[in-house]
Amino acid sequence: MGVRYIGAEVQRMEDPKLITGHGRYVDDIVFDGMLHAAFLRSSQAHAKIHSIDASKASALSGVKRVFTLADLGPNYERRMNQLYPAPVIEQNKTQYPLAKDEVCYVGEAIAVVVADSRAIAEDALALIVVDYETLPAVIDVRTALEDGAQLAHSDATSNLMGKMRSKFGDIKDAFSKADHVFSAGFMQHRGGCHSMETRGVIARDDPWGDGLTLWTSAQSPYLIRRALANWLGEPEERIRVIAPDVGGGFGPKAGFYPEEIVIPLVARIMECPVKWIEDRQEHFISTTTQRDQYWDLEVACASDGKILGLKGKVTHENGAYIPYGILLPNSSLTPLPGAYSIPAIDVGLDIVFTNTVPNSPVRGAGRPCGIYAVERMVQVVSRRLGIDPAIVRRRNFVRPEQMPYETGAKLRGGDPVIYDSGDYEALLDKALELSDYNSFKARQTEARKEGRYLGIGISSCIEDTGMGPYEGTTVRVEASGKIVVKTGAASQGQGHHTMISMIVAENLGVTPEDIIFESADTGKFPHGIGAIGSRIAANVAPSAFDAASKVREKALKLAAEILETAEADLDIEAGIVRVNGAPDVSISLGELAIKLTPPSSTRVPKGFDPILEATSFEGSSGSPIASGTNVAEVEVDIGTGEVKVLRYSVAHDCGVMINPTIVHGQIVGGVVHGIGNALFERMIYDDQGQPLTMNYGEYLLPLASEMPRIDVAHIETPSPLNSLGVKGAGEGGTIPAAAAIIAAIENALEEFSVEIDYYPVDPQYLTGLLEASVAS
Amino acid sequence: MPDYRNINVVVNGVKHELDVETRTSLGDFLRQEIKLTGTHLGCEHGVCGACTVLLDGEAVRSCLMLAVQANGHEITTVEGLAEEDGSLHPLQEAFWKHHGLQCGFCTPGMLTSLAAYLGDNPEPNERDLREAISGNICRCTGYQSIVDAALDAAKKMRGE
Repeated sequence: MGVRYIGAEVQRMEDPKLITGHGRYVDDIVFDGMLHAAFLRSSQAHAKIHSIDASKASALSGVKRVFTLADLGPNYERRMNQLYPAPVIEQNKTQYPLAKDEVCYVGEAIAVVVADSRAIAEDALALIVVDYETLPAVIDVRTALEDGAQLAHSDATSNLMGKMRSKFGDIKDAFSKADHVFSAGFMQHRGGCHSMETRGVIARDDPWGDGLTLWTSAQSPYLIRRALANWLGEPEERIRVIAPDVGGGFGPKAGFYPEEIVIPLVARIMECPVKWIEDRQEHFISTTTQRDQYWDLEVACASDGKILGLKGKVTHENGAYIPYGILLPNSSLTPLPGAYSIPAIDVGLDIVFTNTVPNSPVRGAGRPCGIYAVERMVQVVSRRLGIDPAIVRRRNFVRPEQMPYETGAKLRGGDPVIYDSGDYEALLDKALELSDYNSFKARQTEARKEGRYLGIGISSCIEDTGMGPYEGTTVRVEASGKIVVKTGAASQGQGHHTMISMIVAENLGVTPEDIIFESADTGKFPHGIGAIGSRIAANVAPSAFDAASKVREKALKLAAEILETAEADLDIEAGIVRVNGAPDVSISLGELAIKLTPPSSTRVPKGFDPILEATSFEGSSGSPIASGTNVAEVEVDIGTGEVKVLRYSVAHDCGVMINPTIVHGQIVGGVVHGIGNALFERMIYDDQGQPLTMNYGEYLLPLASEMPRIDVAHIETPSPLNSLGVKGAGEGGTIPAAAAIIAAIENALEEFSVEIDYYPVDPQYLTGLLEASVAS
Repeated sequence: MPDYRNINVVVNGVKHELDVETRTSLGDFLRQEIKLTGTHLGCEHGVCGACTVLLDGEAVRSCLMLAVQANGHEITTVEGLAEEDGSLHPLQEAFWKHHGLQCGFCTPGMLTSLAAYLGDNPEPNERDLREAISGNICRCTGYQSIVDAALDAAKKMRGE
């Protein structure tokens, strides 16, 4: 075996181009004769459209054409298809690529202008006249299911999209034998995508040549190809979808958007490439977000804090349409019971339409919500019984000897949720140690003498990662000796190029620099799934490892014949196969590749297939379960309601780490996203459905100045579900963060008996709670 | 009717004289006219900082400034940070070493903002640096690795 790369802190292969300004994001791609598009979007949350007059816009100099739905062609006056059909969906509302006669949220695309420049296209938008008949809008998800509620869609029977339920164990028995039953209600709001690169699409149609090609800022290019091919009724092979460098995704770029239909059709009609780049204002109103969930839960427990059962109800806001099946609500329920052995659970969830931007997963999808709910109830038990929250956790954790532990819940595909491996108490211990938990009381008392309110909060989590079915890899040695590695896995900054190159390099006896990496291009690899649900490492790492192993095997077999020695006596180092003990007897991988791709009138060596290449779709045989505990220490200013995060400690277990530097970056970035959810990010609508937070002065993202240093420690419990023992790491920072911060705020304000029933916890809300507490 | 003005600018040491539409932002001008796409437009309302470039050495938001306002000035973009022989700026080296970027979209603005800041304050501590980049939004890294990179680069630039 040559140099070990797996587990090493290898600097990223992606970085040289990105730090010198040579990345290629969608907006950096330019074609001769390319036109530019801008979308007219609904200014109404809910309205009938009686007419659209684009005559003035069409007449503007530099405007090539204005398209409404009817202008796309008679075959295309159809709603988009459901990406993830599910029996739960009672009313399958998907949108038209451009609105037909009804708009159901502010931001819904109505028309598109194609012009010589984006600026001219935007000028023309202002000249389009839409005759709207405003309809009542449904905004508050809590009243949307009441009798007589207004309807978010005029042809709907109600605002209920569907109902789900996670139910296992004997819930009646759990509650009947409990020493205590406590209840809590809380609202969870998770904001939008806010990748620093907005969405964007370029389409070019070449019917006599390459067919239709899309460059799109996306997480799932193969899903887009299939959805577009299905919708157009055309073969997938004639559609190529490329995700070039993508400036962050975080979930909302994982779907299929109306613009990914409209821009290709417009490019086809105009017979030239067309580019659309979402501007930031559009991002707020047209890129899917993750919004409100209202939870009402009851927990049954024994006097020692052992939790016996959890039941309740969730109202989940869906937005106006269903772009993404039930992935988001479903992933809110499947994490129950979290890191704990809770024998009985019965939680129902109503999915409700509103006249707001359609909802889709944002980093962690529903997992941060499900975990928040469990952690919240642990916090409630701890406070009501006066038992230290660390001790309540110890008394409830699923223990290593219980692994594999079947919770009773089901994954979306119907498979049981099984915790494969992990040591949750060890993670708690590590996080407590990192955070100096034992000396916190002294810090708190000392600070209190100075009139400062310090608090500490704990949150533990599990995360189902690496969902199947696969993310394949091809490894091929070319004549130059360079190794071509291709995969369907798309990256939005996670470092797949580096991670996969490390695995292949180690296995094949080359350096990562010898690898030519191609990904996220449907023209380069037959099929892929997408970068969602922390699934890439646990799927692509095993396939890259396996494909490289197969190439190694083939190379050694051929080399053994050529060098007239036994395979066992051979090793590969720096791309050269050598005989152990006789280093001068050697042949390079490139030479072996040439033997398998010989010139005309020669033969491929007997017993070998041509090409020194292998493809593998090996992945994980189930969902590897990552886990972690976070501890947040905060200071609350009781005068202003400001919350400062002073210290943040993470103990995390994502199995074997391929590149610890990359894992560290994922965890820290994920935590900060979670802190943003807990304290800052809120997409606000008024009661007419008008968005009120449309820029980064109004919608607050976490900034460097507000973020603490985050200390991270790792435990590596290898997953038994794949060949490398890896688990996903992309969302494990975000999932537990809000619960830790909010528990810490409550702890800081213990003497005021404040109970937080809502996040993001903004200063107005907190001062309101404090005032109410003082008044009572 | 579109209104054009003739401007002279020096971008990364190269002189350009050309007619620009008066409403064109400096960011669009650099990307579309000078074909330097390393400068990224993240919010186009002056908050995210991705589009930051150096104007006569000062960090400015190229989305909030018109190209015509740059007439007669020298601009440095991310493409101009490395030496002519390709050797990286200490900040670029440090970003690479410390994993100071993930998707890379905010990176050009981070690098240019910090290049200007370290020029003014060569001995920053962590808090200073967090304030210095508080006008640059990064959705990926959580900022910590950027701060670590900047501390390291500052040290190198001081010759330590």
